[in-house]
This record gives sequence, C-alpha cells and structure tokens, in this order.
Amino acid sequence: MPTPLCREVAVISLTSNAALELQGGGLFSLLLENPGWDTWRPGQFVMLRRKTPRADCLWARPFSICDLNGDGLHIVFQALGRETAEFARLAPGEKLTVWGPLGNGFSLEKSRPTLLLAGGIGLAPFVGYIRSHPAPERLSLNFGHRLPLECYPFAACSSGHCSSIRATSYLERCAEDLQEFICILERDIRANAAEKGLILACGPMPFLRTVHAFSRQYGARTELSLETRMACGVGACLGCVVKGRKSDEKHTGGTADTDFGWVQTCSCGPVFRAEDLDLEAS
Amino acid sequence: MREKAINLSVRLPASGGGLSLKNPIITASGTYGYGLEFAPYGDLTSLGGIVVKGLSLKPRQGNPMPRVAETASGMLNAVGLQNCGVEVFLKEKLPLLPWKKLPVIANLYATAASEYAELTSLLTREPGIAAVEVNISCPNVKAGGVLFGQDPRLAAQVATAVKKNAHGKPVILKLSPNVTDITLIARACEDGGADAISCINTLQGMAVDIRTRKSRVANIIAGLSGPAIKPVALRCVWQVAKAVSVPVIGIGGITTAEDILEFIMVGASAVEIGTANFLQPDHAFRLARELPVLMRSLGIDSIDTFRGSFEA
Repeated sequence: MPTPLCREVAVISLTSNAALELQGGGLFSLLLENPGWDTWRPGQFVMLRRKTPRADCLWARPFSICDLNGDGLHIVFQALGRETAEFARLAPGEKLTVWGPLGNGFSLEKSRPTLLLAGGIGLAPFVGYIRSHPAPERLSLNFGHRLPLECYPFAACSSGHCSSIRATSYLERCAEDLQEFICILERDIRANAAEKGLILACGPMPFLRTVHAFSRQYGARTELSLETRMACGVGACLGCVVKGRKSDEKHTGGTADTDFGWVQTCSCGPVFRAEDLDLEAS
Repeated sequence: MREKAINLSVRLPASGGGLSLKNPIITASGTYGYGLEFAPYGDLTSLGGIVVKGLSLKPRQGNPMPRVAETASGMLNAVGLQNCGVEVFLKEKLPLLPWKKLPVIANLYATAASEYAELTSLLTREPGIAAVEVNISCPNVKAGGVLFGQDPRLAAQVATAVKKNAHGKPVILKLSPNVTDITLIARACEDGGADAISCINTLQGMAVDIRTRKSRVANIIAGLSGPAIKPVALRCVWQVAKAVSVPVIGIGGITTAEDILEFIMVGASAVEIGTANFLQPDHAFRLARELPVLMRSLGIDSIDTFRGSFEA
C-alpha cells in the first residue's frame, strides 16, 4: 500500500456539474495538484481541509479519489453540508491541506467478470478503477442515480479505454423506478455469483444494505466501500467505526460472529468484504 | 555569531527518578491512537512524548455510533474507551514504537482502585513504558472513570494504589473539569502519591438535531474538546499549578505554538495536544518545529525560565 503524505496543494479548477440549482445539493468536479503521490489504488480516499474552515467545521472532509492522472487529482463531490457548501466556492490557486491516499481500495481481478454497482455520488471511485483496469471488457457497471445523468462522471466510465465495458444507468424518479433498480441489482448479483465473479459497490447506506443482503443471499464475492463521518482519517479518533472485521485478520477462536467488533472505516476500510460487515448493526 | 540555542527540554521529577522530555509537546490520549497511525506523517521522536489511547485490562468495544459530532470551535466525543486491551498493546503495538527515543506514556482506565493497580503493574514493568497517566476523568463510561475524579478521597486512593505498583515510574493523574473545585482533587492526588497532574479532560456536553429530534451522539452526553474549551483549561491549569507542588501538564484546546506558551506561562510544565491532531495528521510535528521559532522571536531562551512568568 502506498505511504500516505500530508501536503498543501492548490486548486487547479472547480466546475459545477449542473447549470441549474439542484434539489439536494449540486455536484462539483474538483481538480487539485498531484500531492506528490507515485501510486494509489482505486477505492482509496483523501482528507481535504480548507486553510480557514468554518468555525463549526473543525475536521477535514473525506472524499473518494475519482482519478489521478497527468492533470492532477480528481475529486467529485456533492455540496450537501456546511463545509462542502464552502468547497463549492473554491477558487483556482486556493490551497487545501490534503492527506492520502488513505484506506485499502478495491480488489482488481483481471480474469474475472467484475460487476460495479454505484449509487449516486458513489460512482466517483469507479472512474479511476475502470480507467486503470487492464481488461475493461470484463467489467459491467450498473449506476443508479436521482440527479440528471450529466451531473455525474458517467461518460468518463464508458468512453475511450472504457468503451468495452457494459455501462447502464437507471434514473430514479419514483418508488417504482427504485423497485426496478433493486430487481436489476438482485438479477446481476445472482448472475455474477453463479460465474464466481467479483462485485464492487459504492453508494449510500440503504443501497449498500440492499447489495449486502443480496450478496449474502447468493454467496457473491462482494466488496463494499463505506462512507462515514470521520475526524482524522488515519485510525485515531474512532468516530468512523462500523460493525465488522478487518479482511486480513486471522480469525481464531469462537464463531465468526464473535470476531465482529467496531473497526475503523478509514484505516480498516473503506472497502470491506460483504462477509466482514454487519451493516444492520452499523 | 551563532544564535543561542533555545532550550526546549522539560523535566518531570518523580520520586522514582522522573522523566526527561526533549520538548514540552506530548500528544493526548484518545487523539493519537497508539502513535503508529501518525508515523507516516513525521518523526515521532521529534515529540516530547506520546500518550497512547486509554488502555483497560480487557479489550473494550466502546459506545454505539454515532460517537463524534462537530460543534462551534470544537467537537463532542463519546467513544467510550474502545481499546485493544493491555495484552494486545504490549504484544503488538508497543514493540513497533520507537520507545528508546520517545517517552511512551500509557493512559489507563479501570473501574476499581485494585484494577488500576494491576494495570499499572503490567504496564510499568515494560521498559518501553516511560510513565502512566491515570484516567480518572472519562465522562463517557458508566462505571469508574469520572467517579474517581470527582471525589477527593477516591482520587487519592487511586493515586496511592497506582504509585505503589508503578515500579518507580512517574504517575500522572488526569483530572476532569466537571467538578466544583479542581484544586481539591489535584491536592488529593498529590497527597495520594501522584508525581504529576494533567488537566483537563473533556467538558460534558450535548448536541441535538431539531430535524430528527435525536441526539447527534448515541451516548447523548459526550465530552467537549477543541479550541472552545481552551479558556477553561487555562483557568484550571493556572489554579492547579498554584495549588500543588508537583508538575502540571496542560491539556485542552491547545492548537498553536502560542497556546503552548500560554499554558507554560501560567505554570504548566508540559502540554498535551489533543483535538488539534485531527486538524491534520502532522500537526504535532509542526508544533515541535514552530515552538522554538516562536520562542526565539519572543526572546525566550528556555521553557524552564518562562514557566510561571504570568503576572497575575
């Protein structure tokens, strides 16, 4: 795993992904200077802190790494809270404190059919995943969303190097749309499990609970990337814990259930195998 | 001509020999993990010392989620002393720390004086442990914790039990501000055998959400920390430093090099950096670099000569 660094970097650009004011907060693409990273793994995240945050926003904010390329570090975020509303007003040249790359990242198995399941802003880590995958023809993507598709980096997931993936988007306008998306999730999780493939999921907690439940039901090999409130991002504050266990842990003694405890999303995750998580208790 | 060197060193005398720190900057328990989490971001040995996450005899799961919330210039936490237990710490964490060059102070939590004693004995017999800091002030657990810190008689009992089992190593008692008169508790700890006092632990607080009508922290009552509590901490340190003759370690919202000197000026021997470690993971390392620069600019030669220079 690459060693994380803490650096000050400048904003290169910030673009709003939708012209109109959207209900539930707009989406933004933030491009930052490369904080001096040589390497990173898709699924890892960064902590970002403005130089003078609001007085009631003491902590940095965690963001999925969307991609890292010659242009810099790409972040996609939704301005939903007090401090992300301030992020939405960042100007080019403004400095942010950045630490990362943090966490473990997704598995990559080039010879296995890999199903990517994304809900809303949870699409972000898959941009870099798909772009750097050696066999994109093995990938398929199901993307459920509520805002107009052009708000999300969906085009970047299915063009150029990525054009050989099967990418499908599902707009949720009403309860029936959600029900249909859930049926598709079940169908594709079951099919992937039968092929002994790999499933990667990122999105809001209700979406992850659904993916988790179907994965357990059909015995799929699923990894879920969790999003939680974090103070430090490095494993110290114990504010971001979930009921689970570290994937690499040697489980000795007792049943699997007794191995479960509160583990940090930041340093033990953010990606967990489905069998290592108890999302009902989290 | 070479500039005169700034003397940052700090001595915490104790009956068994005491402890020397290369500078007054110690990281506070519960904000610095087991130290290893911060190793990628700087040189741990550039710090005066580290206090590791509060340890108990057995591993503890801690409180349900949510456990932390941001507040104006601060934060609330009710983590509930989740920790790996003393055995795992000694076997898996301590050997990885550069303890030969960095004083590692074990913070410990128990529910009875005898349990504090047992824990102290297990920890202080290890060469890697320089001192113990006894948590008699945790507001987030049901048994023990702050109960010992709110009763002078119980506080003294814990101090005595721990000192007797500390293999001559310094014993620091960490006090709660959630008391009527902190100097009474401080004096009781000194009388009981404490070699130093650290203060303050968090202030009890709450945060609620009018939309969900629920608490923002599952435990409801939580501990407030960060810059918001610095004036309270400064007041407590000043009062305690006047009331006892043992060294006082200042804790509470300390974020900048200026803050450090403020605490030293009112009588602290050293300080602990807590919530500020969450601002960015290299924060304590930066303070260790910034402190001598600030001292030079103010014409302060040494921490020792500046200590207690407050003109009340």
